[in-house]
Amino acid sequence: MKKLLILSGKGGTGKTTVAAAFMRLSKASAVADCDVDAPNLGLVSDFQGERRTKDFIGAQKAFIDSNICVACGLCASKCRFSAIEKENGTYHIRDIACEGCALCTAVCPVNAISMLDDVAGKQCLLRERQKNNGSRIFSGAKLKMGRGNSGKLVTEVKSALFKAVAVKESDLVRHFDPSRDLAIIDGSPGIGCPVIASVAGVDLLLIVAEPSISGFSDLSRLLETGNQLQTKAVVCVNKWDISRENTQKIKNYCRQKEVPFVGCIPFDRKVIEAVNQGISPVDCESSSGEALRKIYREVLSRLAG
Amino acid sequence: MKIAVLSGKGGTGKTFISTNLAAALKNSVYVDCDVEEPNGRIFLQPQDVQTEDVNRLIPEFDSDICSACRKCVDFCRFNALIFIKNKPLVFKEVCHSCGACAYLCPEGAVTETERKVGVIEKGRHGTVDCITGILDIGEASGVPVIKKVLQEGEKLACKKGGDLIVDCPPGSACSVQESVADADYCLMVVEPTAFGLHNFKMVYELVELLGKDCGIVINKEVEVYKPLEDFCREKKIPVLLRIPFSKKIAGESARGILAVEENKEVENIFLALRKKTGGKAS
Repeated sequence: MKKLLILSGKGGTGKTTVAAAFMRLSKASAVADCDVDAPNLGLVSDFQGERRTKDFIGAQKAFIDSNICVACGLCASKCRFSAIEKENGTYHIRDIACEGCALCTAVCPVNAISMLDDVAGKQCLLRERQKNNGSRIFSGAKLKMGRGNSGKLVTEVKSALFKAVAVKESDLVRHFDPSRDLAIIDGSPGIGCPVIASVAGVDLLLIVAEPSISGFSDLSRLLETGNQLQTKAVVCVNKWDISRENTQKIKNYCRQKEVPFVGCIPFDRKVIEAVNQGISPVDCESSSGEALRKIYREVLSRLAG
Repeated sequence: MKIAVLSGKGGTGKTFISTNLAAALKNSVYVDCDVEEPNGRIFLQPQDVQTEDVNRLIPEFDSDICSACRKCVDFCRFNALIFIKNKPLVFKEVCHSCGACAYLCPEGAVTETERKVGVIEKGRHGTVDCITGILDIGEASGVPVIKKVLQEGEKLACKKGGDLIVDCPPGSACSVQESVADADYCLMVVEPTAFGLHNFKMVYELVELLGKDCGIVINKEVEVYKPLEDFCREKKIPVLLRIPFSKKIAGESARGILAVEENKEVENIFLALRKKTGGKAS
Protein backbone atom coordinates (compact mmCIF):
# COMPACT_ATOMS: atom_id res chain seq x y z
CA MET A 1 0.00 0.00 0.00
CA LYS A 2 1.24 3.49 -0.94
CA LYS A 3 0.89 6.14 1.73
CA LEU A 4 0.28 9.74 0.74
CA LEU A 5 0.45 12.45 3.41
CA ILE A 6 -0.99 15.89 2.74
CA LEU A 7 0.67 18.77 4.59
CA SER A 8 0.86 22.52 4.27
CA GLY A 9 3.04 24.22 6.86
CA LYS A 10 0.74 27.21 7.00
CA GLY A 11 -2.79 26.54 8.19
CA GLY A 12 -5.86 26.98 6.05
CA THR A 13 -4.22 26.52 2.67
CA GLY A 14 -6.59 23.72 1.68
CA LYS A 15 -5.10 20.41 2.93
CA THR A 16 -8.47 18.97 3.86
CA THR A 17 -10.13 20.12 0.64
CA VAL A 18 -7.41 18.36 -1.34
CA ALA A 19 -7.60 15.25 0.86
CA ALA A 20 -11.40 15.08 0.46
CA ALA A 21 -11.09 15.42 -3.32
CA PHE A 22 -8.50 12.63 -3.48
CA MET A 23 -10.76 10.42 -1.35
CA ARG A 24 -13.55 10.85 -3.88
CA LEU A 25 -11.34 10.38 -6.92
CA SER A 26 -9.48 7.33 -5.70
CA LYS A 27 -11.93 5.39 -3.56
CA ALA A 28 -8.83 4.84 -1.42
CA SER A 29 -9.27 1.96 0.94
CA ALA A 30 -7.55 3.70 3.83
CA VAL A 31 -7.98 7.27 5.00
CA ALA A 32 -6.72 8.96 8.13
CA ASP A 33 -7.27 12.43 9.55
CA CYS A 34 -4.11 13.20 11.51
CA ASP A 35 -4.99 16.83 12.16
CA VAL A 36 -6.08 15.82 15.65
CA ASP A 37 -6.10 19.43 16.80
CA ALA A 38 -8.65 20.49 14.21
CA PRO A 39 -10.05 17.37 12.54
CA ASN A 40 -12.24 18.36 9.61
CA LEU A 41 -11.91 15.60 7.04
CA GLY A 42 -14.82 13.70 8.61
CA LEU A 43 -17.09 16.67 7.83
CA VAL A 44 -16.67 16.12 4.10
CA SER A 45 -16.08 12.38 4.01
CA ASP A 46 -18.50 10.06 2.27
CA PHE A 47 -17.75 7.13 4.57
CA GLN A 48 -20.69 5.20 5.88
CA GLY A 49 -20.46 2.23 8.10
CA GLU A 50 -19.75 0.77 11.42
CA ARG A 51 -18.06 3.23 13.78
CA ARG A 52 -15.94 2.36 16.79
CA THR A 53 -14.58 4.85 19.27
CA LYS A 54 -12.14 4.60 22.12
CA ASP A 55 -10.50 6.88 24.64
CA PHE A 56 -6.96 8.01 24.03
CA ILE A 57 -4.78 7.96 27.11
CA GLY A 58 -2.18 10.60 26.42
CA ALA A 59 -0.09 10.35 29.54
CA GLN A 60 -0.55 10.04 33.23
CA LYS A 61 -1.02 13.08 35.38
CA ALA A 62 -0.19 13.60 39.00
CA PHE A 63 -2.85 13.59 41.69
CA ILE A 64 -2.36 14.81 45.27
CA ASP A 65 -4.33 13.02 47.98
CA SER A 66 -5.28 15.90 50.27
CA ASN A 67 -5.87 13.48 53.20
CA ILE A 68 -2.19 12.54 53.18
CA CYS A 69 -0.59 15.81 51.97
CA VAL A 70 1.17 17.74 54.74
CA ALA A 71 1.37 20.90 52.62
CA CYS A 72 5.16 21.11 52.79
CA GLY A 73 5.25 22.60 49.28
CA LEU A 74 8.33 20.63 48.21
CA CYS A 75 6.56 19.28 45.11
CA ALA A 76 5.55 22.76 43.96
CA SER A 77 9.10 24.04 44.37
CA LYS A 78 10.55 21.21 42.26
CA CYS A 79 7.93 21.18 39.50
CA ARG A 80 9.39 22.64 36.29
CA PHE A 81 6.00 23.17 34.67
CA SER A 82 4.33 25.33 37.35
CA ALA A 83 1.70 22.64 37.55
CA ILE A 84 1.29 22.58 41.34
CA GLU A 85 -0.71 25.35 42.98
CA LYS A 86 -1.55 26.24 46.54
CA GLU A 87 -5.14 27.13 47.19
CA ASN A 88 -6.65 27.65 50.65
CA GLY A 89 -3.66 26.03 52.27
CA THR A 90 -3.74 22.83 50.22
CA TYR A 91 -1.79 21.86 47.13
CA HIS A 92 -3.36 20.59 43.95
CA ILE A 93 -2.32 19.76 40.39
CA ARG A 94 -3.26 21.97 37.44
CA ASP A 95 -4.13 19.22 34.97
CA ILE A 96 -3.54 21.38 31.92
CA ALA A 97 0.00 22.27 32.99
CA CYS A 98 1.08 18.84 34.30
CA GLU A 99 3.30 17.03 31.79
CA GLY A 100 3.30 13.79 33.73
CA CYS A 101 6.99 13.63 34.58
CA ALA A 102 6.20 12.20 38.05
CA LEU A 103 9.07 14.05 39.70
CA CYS A 104 6.60 15.20 42.42
CA THR A 105 5.85 11.57 43.34
CA ALA A 106 9.56 11.06 44.00
CA VAL A 107 9.90 14.31 45.92
CA CYS A 108 6.88 13.94 48.24
CA PRO A 109 8.07 12.88 51.72
CA VAL A 110 4.72 11.34 52.68
CA ASN A 111 3.79 9.57 49.42
CA ALA A 112 0.69 11.66 48.90
CA ILE A 113 1.06 11.87 45.12
CA SER A 114 0.15 9.22 42.60
CA MET A 115 -0.01 9.11 38.81
CA LEU A 116 -3.39 8.56 37.15
CA ASP A 117 -4.34 7.94 33.51
CA ASP A 118 -5.49 11.03 31.68
CA VAL A 119 -7.97 10.79 28.82
CA ALA A 120 -6.52 13.26 26.33
CA GLY A 121 -8.79 12.60 23.39
CA LYS A 122 -10.99 10.22 21.47
CA GLN A 123 -10.13 7.99 18.56
CA CYS A 124 -12.61 6.68 16.03
CA LEU A 125 -12.40 4.02 13.37
CA LEU A 126 -14.97 3.58 10.61
CA ARG A 127 -15.25 0.48 8.50
CA GLU A 128 -17.33 0.63 5.37
CA ARG A 129 -18.12 -2.73 3.79
CA GLN A 130 -18.01 -2.78 0.04
CA LYS A 131 -19.78 -4.83 -2.59
CA ASN A 132 -16.66 -6.72 -3.58
CA ASN A 133 -16.29 -8.00 0.01
CA GLY A 134 -13.52 -5.55 0.73
CA SER A 135 -13.79 -2.61 3.06
CA ARG A 136 -12.65 0.99 3.37
CA ILE A 137 -11.25 2.25 6.63
CA PHE A 138 -11.35 5.76 8.05
CA SER A 139 -9.27 6.51 11.12
CA GLY A 140 -9.49 9.76 13.02
CA ALA A 141 -9.27 11.34 16.43
CA LYS A 142 -9.97 14.47 18.36
CA LEU A 143 -7.63 15.82 20.98
CA LYS A 144 -9.21 17.27 24.10
CA MET A 145 -8.58 20.98 24.33
CA GLY A 146 -5.43 22.09 26.01
CA ARG A 147 -3.85 18.64 25.84
CA GLY A 148 -0.39 17.80 24.62
CA ASN A 149 0.69 14.44 23.26
CA SER A 150 -0.68 15.23 19.82
CA GLY A 151 2.29 13.42 18.27
CA LYS A 152 1.45 10.26 20.17
CA LEU A 153 -2.19 10.49 19.10
CA VAL A 154 -1.17 10.95 15.46
CA THR A 155 0.92 7.79 15.73
CA GLU A 156 -2.07 5.94 17.23
CA VAL A 157 -4.41 7.14 14.46
CA LYS A 158 -1.99 5.86 11.83
CA SER A 159 -1.34 2.57 13.53
CA ALA A 160 -5.10 1.98 14.04
CA LEU A 161 -5.57 2.57 10.32
CA PHE A 162 -2.83 0.22 9.21
CA LYS A 163 -3.81 -2.46 11.69
CA ALA A 164 -7.33 -2.35 10.26
CA VAL A 165 -6.13 -2.69 6.67
CA ALA A 166 -3.34 -5.15 7.47
CA VAL A 167 -5.34 -8.11 6.14
CA LYS A 168 -5.35 -6.53 2.73
CA GLU A 169 -1.65 -5.89 2.70
CA SER A 170 -1.00 -9.59 2.83
CA ASP A 171 -2.90 -9.92 -0.44
CA LEU A 172 -0.98 -11.05 -3.49
CA VAL A 173 1.66 -8.70 -4.74
CA ARG A 174 0.17 -6.85 -7.67
CA HIS A 175 0.50 -3.60 -9.55
CA PHE A 176 -0.24 -0.44 -7.64
CA ASP A 177 -3.95 0.08 -7.99
CA PRO A 178 -4.98 3.48 -6.63
CA SER A 179 -8.56 2.39 -6.18
CA ARG A 180 -7.45 -0.13 -3.57
CA ASP A 181 -3.86 0.31 -2.47
CA LEU A 182 -3.80 3.97 -1.57
CA ALA A 183 -3.80 5.45 1.92
CA ILE A 184 -4.60 9.15 2.14
CA ILE A 185 -3.51 10.92 5.29
CA ASP A 186 -4.57 14.47 6.10
CA GLY A 187 -1.91 16.12 8.27
CA SER A 188 -1.77 19.08 10.59
CA PRO A 189 -0.32 22.54 10.07
CA GLY A 190 3.09 23.54 11.41
CA ILE A 191 6.35 21.61 11.55
CA GLY A 192 6.32 20.38 15.15
CA CYS A 193 5.51 17.20 16.96
CA PRO A 194 2.25 16.09 15.21
CA VAL A 195 3.75 16.76 11.78
CA ILE A 196 6.94 14.86 12.55
CA ALA A 197 4.85 11.95 13.86
CA SER A 198 2.67 11.94 10.74
CA VAL A 199 5.60 11.83 8.31
CA ALA A 200 7.03 8.56 9.67
CA GLY A 201 6.62 5.74 7.15
CA VAL A 202 4.81 7.59 4.37
CA ASP A 203 5.82 7.29 0.70
CA LEU A 204 5.13 10.83 -0.46
CA LEU A 205 4.28 14.25 0.94
CA LEU A 206 1.90 16.40 -1.04
CA ILE A 207 2.34 19.97 0.16
CA VAL A 208 -0.51 22.38 -0.45
CA ALA A 209 1.06 25.82 -0.55
CA GLU A 210 -0.53 29.24 -0.60
CA PRO A 211 0.87 32.00 -2.83
CA SER A 212 1.49 34.54 -0.06
CA ILE A 213 4.74 35.64 1.54
CA SER A 214 3.60 33.84 4.70
CA GLY A 215 2.76 30.72 2.71
CA PHE A 216 6.14 30.82 1.02
CA SER A 217 8.00 31.12 4.32
CA ASP A 218 6.03 28.20 5.80
CA LEU A 219 6.57 26.08 2.70
CA SER A 220 10.32 26.47 2.89
CA ARG A 221 10.37 25.52 6.59
CA LEU A 222 8.21 22.47 5.86
CA LEU A 223 10.36 21.33 2.92
CA GLU A 224 13.39 21.56 5.16
CA THR A 225 11.62 19.44 7.77
CA GLY A 226 10.67 16.86 5.12
CA ASN A 227 14.26 16.84 3.94
CA GLN A 228 15.52 16.20 7.48
CA LEU A 229 13.09 13.30 7.75
CA GLN A 230 14.23 12.02 4.34
CA THR A 231 10.80 11.91 2.78
CA LYS A 232 10.03 12.77 -0.84
CA ALA A 233 7.74 15.73 -1.41
CA VAL A 234 5.76 17.31 -4.23
CA VAL A 235 4.13 20.73 -4.15
CA CYS A 236 0.90 22.22 -5.48
CA VAL A 237 -0.44 25.76 -5.05
CA ASN A 238 -4.00 26.53 -3.97
CA LYS A 239 -5.76 29.80 -4.85
CA TRP A 240 -2.87 30.48 -7.20
CA ASP A 241 -4.55 33.50 -8.82
CA ILE A 242 -4.57 35.42 -5.50
CA SER A 243 -0.95 36.25 -6.36
CA ARG A 244 0.50 35.19 -9.68
CA GLU A 245 3.80 36.68 -8.63
CA ASN A 246 4.11 34.52 -5.49
CA THR A 247 2.93 31.43 -7.38
CA GLN A 248 5.80 31.95 -9.80
CA LYS A 249 8.15 32.42 -6.85
CA ILE A 250 7.04 29.09 -5.38
CA LYS A 251 7.49 27.35 -8.75
CA ASN A 252 11.00 28.76 -9.09
CA TYR A 253 11.86 27.76 -5.54
CA CYS A 254 10.66 24.20 -6.17
CA ARG A 255 12.74 23.97 -9.33
CA GLN A 256 15.79 25.20 -7.46
CA LYS A 257 15.23 22.68 -4.64
CA GLU A 258 14.45 19.91 -7.16
CA VAL A 259 11.00 19.35 -5.68
CA PRO A 260 8.44 18.38 -8.34
CA PHE A 261 5.65 20.92 -8.84
CA VAL A 262 2.38 19.14 -9.56
CA GLY A 263 -0.13 21.88 -10.29
CA CYS A 264 -2.21 24.93 -9.42
CA ILE A 265 -5.78 25.22 -8.10
CA PRO A 266 -7.61 28.47 -8.87
CA PHE A 267 -9.53 30.46 -6.27
CA ASP A 268 -13.09 29.23 -6.59
CA ARG A 269 -16.13 30.17 -4.50
CA LYS A 270 -17.59 26.74 -5.26
CA VAL A 271 -15.05 25.28 -2.81
CA ILE A 272 -16.71 27.05 0.12
CA GLU A 273 -20.16 26.08 -1.13
CA ALA A 274 -19.07 22.46 -1.43
CA VAL A 275 -17.48 22.37 2.02
CA ASN A 276 -20.60 23.84 3.63
CA GLN A 277 -22.67 21.12 1.98
CA GLY A 278 -20.29 18.43 3.17
CA ILE A 279 -19.12 17.53 -0.32
CA SER A 280 -16.01 18.13 -2.43
CA PRO A 281 -15.49 20.44 -5.40
CA VAL A 282 -14.82 17.35 -7.54
CA ASP A 283 -18.44 16.32 -6.94
CA CYS A 284 -19.70 19.27 -8.94
CA GLU A 285 -18.68 21.05 -12.11
CA SER A 286 -16.04 23.58 -11.08
CA SER A 287 -12.71 25.01 -12.15
CA SER A 288 -11.12 23.92 -8.86
CA GLY A 289 -12.50 20.39 -9.31
CA GLU A 290 -10.89 20.17 -12.76
CA ALA A 291 -7.54 21.32 -11.35
CA LEU A 292 -7.77 18.84 -8.47
CA ARG A 293 -8.35 15.99 -10.93
CA LYS A 294 -5.20 16.93 -12.83
CA ILE A 295 -3.12 17.13 -9.65
CA TYR A 296 -4.52 13.79 -8.53
CA ARG A 297 -3.39 12.09 -11.74
CA GLU A 298 0.04 13.69 -11.47
CA VAL A 299 0.47 12.57 -7.83
CA LEU A 300 -0.60 9.02 -8.67
CA SER A 301 1.96 8.71 -11.41
CA ARG A 302 4.65 9.88 -8.93
CA LEU A 303 3.47 7.33 -6.37
CA ALA A 304 3.44 4.50 -8.89
CA GLY A 305 6.87 5.35 -10.24
CA MET B 1 -4.36 44.59 28.52
CA LYS B 2 -3.31 41.27 27.09
CA ILE B 3 -5.31 40.25 24.03
CA ALA B 4 -4.84 36.75 22.65
CA VAL B 5 -5.80 36.31 19.00
CA LEU B 6 -6.69 32.72 18.24
CA SER B 7 -8.69 30.63 15.83
CA GLY B 8 -8.67 26.85 16.03
CA LYS B 9 -8.50 26.48 12.27
CA GLY B 10 -5.37 27.60 10.47
CA GLY B 11 -5.39 30.35 7.88
CA THR B 12 -8.43 32.22 9.17
CA GLY B 13 -6.53 35.47 9.52
CA LYS B 14 -5.07 35.52 13.06
CA THR B 15 -1.90 37.19 11.87
CA PHE B 16 -3.85 39.63 9.67
CA ILE B 17 -5.96 40.72 12.65
CA SER B 18 -3.18 40.81 15.24
CA THR B 19 -0.58 42.67 13.17
CA ASN B 20 -3.12 45.26 12.00
CA LEU B 21 -4.49 45.68 15.51
CA ALA B 22 -1.00 46.17 16.94
CA ALA B 23 -0.09 48.65 14.20
CA ALA B 24 -3.34 50.62 14.62
CA LEU B 25 -2.80 50.91 18.38
CA LYS B 26 0.75 52.19 17.87
CA ASN B 27 1.79 52.06 21.54
CA SER B 28 1.62 48.27 21.66
CA VAL B 29 3.66 45.10 21.78
CA TYR B 30 3.05 42.36 19.22
CA VAL B 31 4.23 38.85 20.07
CA ASP B 32 4.18 35.98 17.60
CA CYS B 33 3.56 32.69 19.46
CA ASP B 34 3.04 30.71 16.26
CA VAL B 35 6.63 29.61 16.63
CA GLU B 36 6.36 26.75 14.12
CA GLU B 37 5.35 29.14 11.35
CA PRO B 38 5.96 32.71 12.52
CA ASN B 39 4.63 35.19 9.98
CA GLY B 40 3.87 38.42 11.84
CA ARG B 41 7.34 39.72 11.03
CA ILE B 42 6.52 39.52 7.32
CA PHE B 43 3.84 42.21 7.83
CA LEU B 44 5.47 44.29 10.57
CA GLN B 45 8.98 44.22 9.08
CA PRO B 46 10.66 44.94 12.44
CA GLN B 47 13.85 47.03 12.40
CA ASP B 48 16.93 46.89 14.66
CA VAL B 49 16.31 43.23 15.32
CA GLN B 50 18.13 41.61 18.20
CA THR B 51 18.25 37.84 18.36
CA GLU B 52 18.43 35.74 21.50
CA ASP B 53 18.69 31.96 21.80
CA VAL B 54 16.04 29.96 23.62
CA ASN B 55 17.48 27.05 25.52
CA ARG B 56 16.20 24.04 27.35
CA LEU B 57 17.91 21.93 30.03
CA ILE B 58 19.17 18.52 28.97
CA PRO B 59 20.87 16.05 31.31
CA GLU B 60 24.45 14.93 30.92
CA PHE B 61 25.84 11.89 32.69
CA ASP B 62 29.31 11.66 34.19
CA SER B 63 30.35 8.09 33.49
CA ASP B 64 33.11 8.23 36.12
CA ILE B 65 30.60 8.87 38.89
CA CYS B 66 27.59 6.94 37.53
CA SER B 67 27.16 3.66 39.42
CA ALA B 68 24.86 2.21 36.75
CA CYS B 69 21.95 1.86 39.18
CA ARG B 70 19.47 2.66 36.38
CA LYS B 71 17.20 4.64 38.67
CA CYS B 72 17.00 7.52 36.19
CA VAL B 73 16.37 5.30 33.17
CA ASP B 74 13.62 3.36 34.95
CA PHE B 75 11.96 6.51 36.21
CA CYS B 76 11.93 8.65 33.04
CA ARG B 77 8.29 8.95 31.97
CA PHE B 78 9.11 10.11 28.47
CA ASN B 79 11.38 7.20 27.53
CA ALA B 80 14.05 9.78 26.89
CA LEU B 81 16.78 7.70 28.53
CA ILE B 82 18.16 4.34 27.53
CA PHE B 83 20.83 2.26 29.12
CA ILE B 84 23.71 1.46 26.78
CA LYS B 85 27.17 0.13 27.67
CA ASN B 86 26.39 0.47 31.38
CA LYS B 87 25.59 4.14 31.02
CA PRO B 88 22.44 6.22 30.50
CA LEU B 89 22.07 7.95 27.16
CA VAL B 90 19.58 10.76 26.50
CA PHE B 91 17.38 11.27 23.43
CA LYS B 92 17.42 15.04 23.41
CA GLU B 93 14.34 15.47 21.20
CA VAL B 94 12.05 13.56 23.56
CA CYS B 95 13.47 14.90 26.83
CA HIS B 96 10.96 17.19 28.59
CA SER B 97 13.59 18.84 30.81
CA CYS B 98 11.68 17.82 33.94
CA GLY B 99 14.85 17.30 35.95
CA ALA B 100 13.73 13.99 37.48
CA CYS B 101 16.93 12.15 36.51
CA ALA B 102 19.12 14.79 38.13
CA TYR B 103 16.96 14.77 41.26
CA LEU B 104 16.95 10.99 41.58
CA CYS B 105 20.60 10.21 40.93
CA PRO B 106 22.07 8.98 44.23
CA GLU B 107 25.63 9.70 43.04
CA GLY B 108 25.11 13.22 41.72
CA ALA B 109 26.32 12.10 38.30
CA VAL B 110 23.78 14.17 36.37
CA THR B 111 24.35 17.76 35.39
CA GLU B 112 21.90 19.70 33.28
CA THR B 113 23.22 21.76 30.40
CA GLU B 114 21.46 24.14 28.08
CA ARG B 115 20.55 23.18 24.56
CA LYS B 116 19.21 25.57 21.93
CA VAL B 117 15.68 24.87 20.64
CA GLY B 118 14.91 28.14 18.94
CA VAL B 119 15.39 31.90 18.94
CA ILE B 120 13.43 35.01 19.68
CA GLU B 121 13.78 38.16 17.61
CA LYS B 122 13.04 41.53 19.15
CA GLY B 123 12.59 44.53 16.90
CA ARG B 124 10.47 47.60 16.32
CA HIS B 125 7.94 48.64 13.73
CA GLY B 126 7.70 52.37 14.39
CA THR B 127 6.40 52.55 17.96
CA VAL B 128 5.20 48.94 17.92
CA ASP B 129 7.49 46.40 19.55
CA CYS B 130 7.55 43.16 17.63
CA ILE B 131 8.74 39.94 19.26
CA THR B 132 8.89 36.75 17.24
CA GLY B 133 9.49 33.22 18.49
CA ILE B 134 11.08 30.84 15.99
CA LEU B 135 11.32 27.12 16.71
CA ASP B 136 14.35 25.34 15.28
CA ILE B 137 13.47 22.93 12.48
CA GLY B 138 13.21 19.34 13.70
CA GLU B 139 12.30 20.33 17.27
CA ALA B 140 9.05 18.81 18.50
CA SER B 141 7.83 21.26 21.12
CA GLY B 142 7.47 25.00 20.78
CA VAL B 143 6.39 25.51 24.39
CA PRO B 144 9.77 26.76 25.73
CA VAL B 145 9.98 29.31 22.90
CA ILE B 146 6.38 30.44 23.48
CA LYS B 147 7.05 30.89 27.21
CA LYS B 148 10.07 33.05 26.50
CA VAL B 149 8.28 35.20 23.91
CA LEU B 150 5.37 35.84 26.27
CA GLN B 151 7.69 36.67 29.14
CA GLU B 152 9.58 39.24 27.06
CA GLY B 153 6.33 40.65 25.65
CA GLU B 154 4.80 41.13 29.07
CA LYS B 155 7.90 42.88 30.34
CA LEU B 156 7.89 45.32 27.41
CA ALA B 157 4.13 45.96 27.49
CA CYS B 158 4.33 46.67 31.21
CA LYS B 159 7.23 49.06 30.70
CA LYS B 160 5.63 51.08 27.93
CA GLY B 161 2.10 50.87 29.35
CA GLY B 162 0.64 49.53 26.11
CA ASP B 163 -1.45 46.59 25.02
CA LEU B 164 0.08 43.20 24.42
CA ILE B 165 -1.26 41.50 21.30
CA VAL B 166 -0.58 37.75 21.27
CA ASP B 167 -0.71 36.00 17.88
CA CYS B 168 -1.41 32.36 18.83
CA PRO B 169 -0.68 29.14 16.95
CA PRO B 170 -3.64 27.35 15.33
CA GLY B 171 -5.44 24.53 17.11
CA SER B 172 -6.44 24.09 20.72
CA ALA B 173 -3.61 21.94 22.08
CA CYS B 174 -0.88 22.61 24.61
CA SER B 175 0.90 25.38 22.70
CA VAL B 176 -2.34 27.37 22.39
CA GLN B 177 -3.18 26.78 26.02
CA GLU B 178 0.20 28.23 26.90
CA SER B 179 -0.39 31.34 24.81
CA VAL B 180 -3.88 31.99 26.21
CA ALA B 181 -3.37 31.15 29.89
CA ASP B 182 -2.58 34.71 31.02
CA ALA B 183 -4.67 36.66 28.51
CA ASP B 184 -7.29 39.19 29.66
CA TYR B 185 -9.28 38.86 26.48
CA CYS B 186 -9.57 36.24 23.75
CA LEU B 187 -10.23 37.52 20.26
CA MET B 188 -11.23 34.59 18.08
CA VAL B 189 -10.96 34.84 14.31
CA VAL B 190 -13.51 32.64 12.59
CA GLU B 191 -14.08 31.67 8.98
CA PRO B 192 -17.81 31.31 8.26
CA THR B 193 -17.58 27.80 6.84
CA ALA B 194 -18.33 24.30 8.13
CA PHE B 195 -14.58 23.76 8.80
CA GLY B 196 -14.21 27.14 10.46
CA LEU B 197 -17.17 26.61 12.78
CA HIS B 198 -16.07 23.11 13.77
CA ASN B 199 -12.61 24.31 14.85
CA PHE B 200 -13.97 27.48 16.43
CA LYS B 201 -16.18 25.35 18.68
CA MET B 202 -13.09 23.44 19.84
CA VAL B 203 -11.12 26.56 20.67
CA TYR B 204 -14.17 28.18 22.27
CA GLU B 205 -14.37 25.19 24.61
CA LEU B 206 -10.85 26.05 25.79
CA VAL B 207 -11.65 29.75 26.21
CA GLU B 208 -14.83 28.88 28.11
CA LEU B 209 -12.95 26.45 30.34
CA LEU B 210 -10.40 29.13 31.20
CA GLY B 211 -13.26 31.56 31.85
CA LYS B 212 -11.90 34.29 29.58
CA ASP B 213 -13.73 37.32 28.21
CA CYS B 214 -14.08 36.83 24.49
CA GLY B 215 -15.51 37.96 21.19
CA ILE B 216 -15.16 37.00 17.55
CA VAL B 217 -14.14 38.50 14.25
CA ILE B 218 -15.78 36.85 11.26
CA ASN B 219 -13.23 36.98 8.47
CA LYS B 220 -13.52 36.27 4.75
CA GLU B 221 -17.30 36.40 4.85
CA VAL B 222 -18.75 35.52 1.45
CA GLU B 223 -22.24 35.18 2.86
CA VAL B 224 -23.75 34.87 6.32
CA TYR B 225 -23.19 31.32 7.57
CA LYS B 226 -26.25 30.58 9.65
CA PRO B 227 -24.91 27.74 11.84
CA LEU B 228 -22.14 30.09 13.06
CA GLU B 229 -24.63 32.89 13.81
CA ASP B 230 -26.83 30.44 15.71
CA PHE B 231 -23.92 29.16 17.76
CA CYS B 232 -22.84 32.68 18.73
CA ARG B 233 -26.37 33.65 19.68
CA GLU B 234 -26.82 30.53 21.77
CA LYS B 235 -23.51 31.03 23.60
CA LYS B 236 -23.90 34.82 23.74
CA ILE B 237 -20.58 35.42 22.00
CA PRO B 238 -20.38 38.97 20.63
CA VAL B 239 -19.46 39.41 16.96
CA LEU B 240 -17.11 42.40 17.09
CA LEU B 241 -16.28 42.75 13.43
CA ARG B 242 -17.16 41.26 10.06
CA ILE B 243 -14.65 41.42 7.23
CA PRO B 244 -16.06 40.52 3.83
CA PHE B 245 -14.06 38.29 1.54
CA SER B 246 -12.24 40.40 -0.98
CA LYS B 247 -9.65 39.39 -3.52
CA LYS B 248 -8.04 42.79 -2.93
CA ILE B 249 -7.45 42.14 0.79
CA ALA B 250 -6.27 38.59 0.01
CA GLY B 251 -3.89 39.90 -2.64
CA GLU B 252 -2.47 42.60 -0.39
CA SER B 253 -2.00 40.18 2.47
CA ALA B 254 -0.28 37.78 0.09
CA ARG B 255 2.24 40.53 -0.65
CA GLY B 256 2.76 41.27 3.05
CA ILE B 257 1.06 44.67 3.05
CA LEU B 258 -0.27 46.04 6.34
CA ALA B 259 -3.86 47.17 5.64
CA VAL B 260 -4.09 49.81 8.41
CA GLU B 261 -1.14 51.66 6.99
CA GLU B 262 -2.56 51.70 3.47
CA ASN B 263 -5.92 53.05 4.44
CA LYS B 264 -7.01 55.38 7.24
CA GLU B 265 -10.50 53.88 7.21
CA VAL B 266 -9.15 50.45 8.00
CA GLU B 267 -7.14 51.91 10.86
CA ASN B 268 -10.35 53.33 12.35
CA ILE B 269 -12.03 49.95 12.02
CA PHE B 270 -9.24 48.34 14.06
CA LEU B 271 -9.30 51.10 16.69
CA ALA B 272 -13.04 50.54 17.03
CA LEU B 273 -12.41 46.82 17.39
CA ARG B 274 -10.04 47.49 20.27
CA LYS B 275 -12.68 49.65 21.99
CA LYS B 276 -15.16 46.80 21.82
CA THR B 277 -12.85 44.42 23.65
CA GLY B 278 -12.98 46.79 26.63
CA GLY B 279 -10.27 47.11 29.27
CA LYS B 280 -7.54 49.70 29.58
CA ALA B 281 -4.06 49.59 28.14
CA SER B 282 -1.88 48.05 30.83
